Amino acid sequence: MTAASVQQLLFWLFSAVLVVAALRVITAKNPVHAVLFLVLAFATSAALWMLLEAEFLAIVLVLVYVGAVMVLLLFVVMMLDIDIEPLRAGFTAHLPLGIVVGALMALEMALVLSRDFFSAGQFPAQPPLPAGHGNTEQLGLALYGDYLLQFEIAALILLVAIVAAIALTLRRRPGVRRQRVGAQHAASKASRLRVVKMHAEGSAAADATAADAAAGDVDRGA
Amino acid sequence: MVPLSHYLILAAVLFAIAVAGIFINRRNMILLLMCIELMLLAVNLNFVAFSHFLGDLGGQVFVFFILTVAAAESAIGLAILVVLFRNRASINVDEMDDLKG
Repeated sequence: MTAASVQQLLFWLFSAVLVVAALRVITAKNPVHAVLFLVLAFATSAALWMLLEAEFLAIVLVLVYVGAVMVLLLFVVMMLDIDIEPLRAGFTAHLPLGIVVGALMALEMALVLSRDFFSAGQFPAQPPLPAGHGNTEQLGLALYGDYLLQFEIAALILLVAIVAAIALTLRRRPGVRRQRVGAQHAASKASRLRVVKMHAEGSAAADATAADAAAGDVDRGA
Repeated sequence: MVPLSHYLILAAVLFAIAVAGIFINRRNMILLLMCIELMLLAVNLNFVAFSHFLGDLGGQVFVFFILTVAAAESAIGLAILVVLFRNRASINVDEMDDLKG
């Protein structure tokens, strides 16, 4: 078996798995199963990207997407107590429309793609990259060179997403005892410390006035 | 070798499946989010395929940024979903008519 035929075999295998997984995502009864099939679809896509010599993005897809975003989705699906029956009520009613629209879109795309413009003659197969060629290195050079501003903007978008997600889901429940760090930091010397003037111990008269003064302080303090 | 059109057709089929999924699951907000993820995956597949066959790295850089924005989008979408469920105890899209649109 030559390398090219192995590649073709892998392409058809991964394509079949990808299409079946995508179909199961949109038809699964249980949302947890749908998320798991979405994970399968992403992992299969990563393998397809690997066939296209985009190793870095394939690994990023598995690490970031399957490892973080899909797990987040899984958390939310499992955390919410969803009654699934009313959500699936219109499933069979909407099925014909969905199939028609999906088939129409696929047909339109097929009409475009069947033109000569996208034929194999226009886009010849690329020779395999030489050994030692680093896709990660090339991508890093592009990201930190030509696309530096866009890279920074992407980082800013992620920061905004973090702040927005936390601000949206943060809630203050009544009746919960918790540390108020802001109030602690705002405390000043005047609110914590009170200097009381007292007479030194000596005569009974001085003691009496000192006791009066102390009582007055306590009254004022209360 | 696998020609470019194979990858493009695969991405088109994936996109069409995602659109059909939006139509048939239009009450379930979580599934709508998942269908959007599938659509973005199909678009990314197109980008990577063109990047490979044209020998241009720009497509892969675009995929990188799409992944970033999609991750931010799904995080905020899920946060909104959680808040919505907390307030209404339901994620049915049909019941969201407060704005009378």
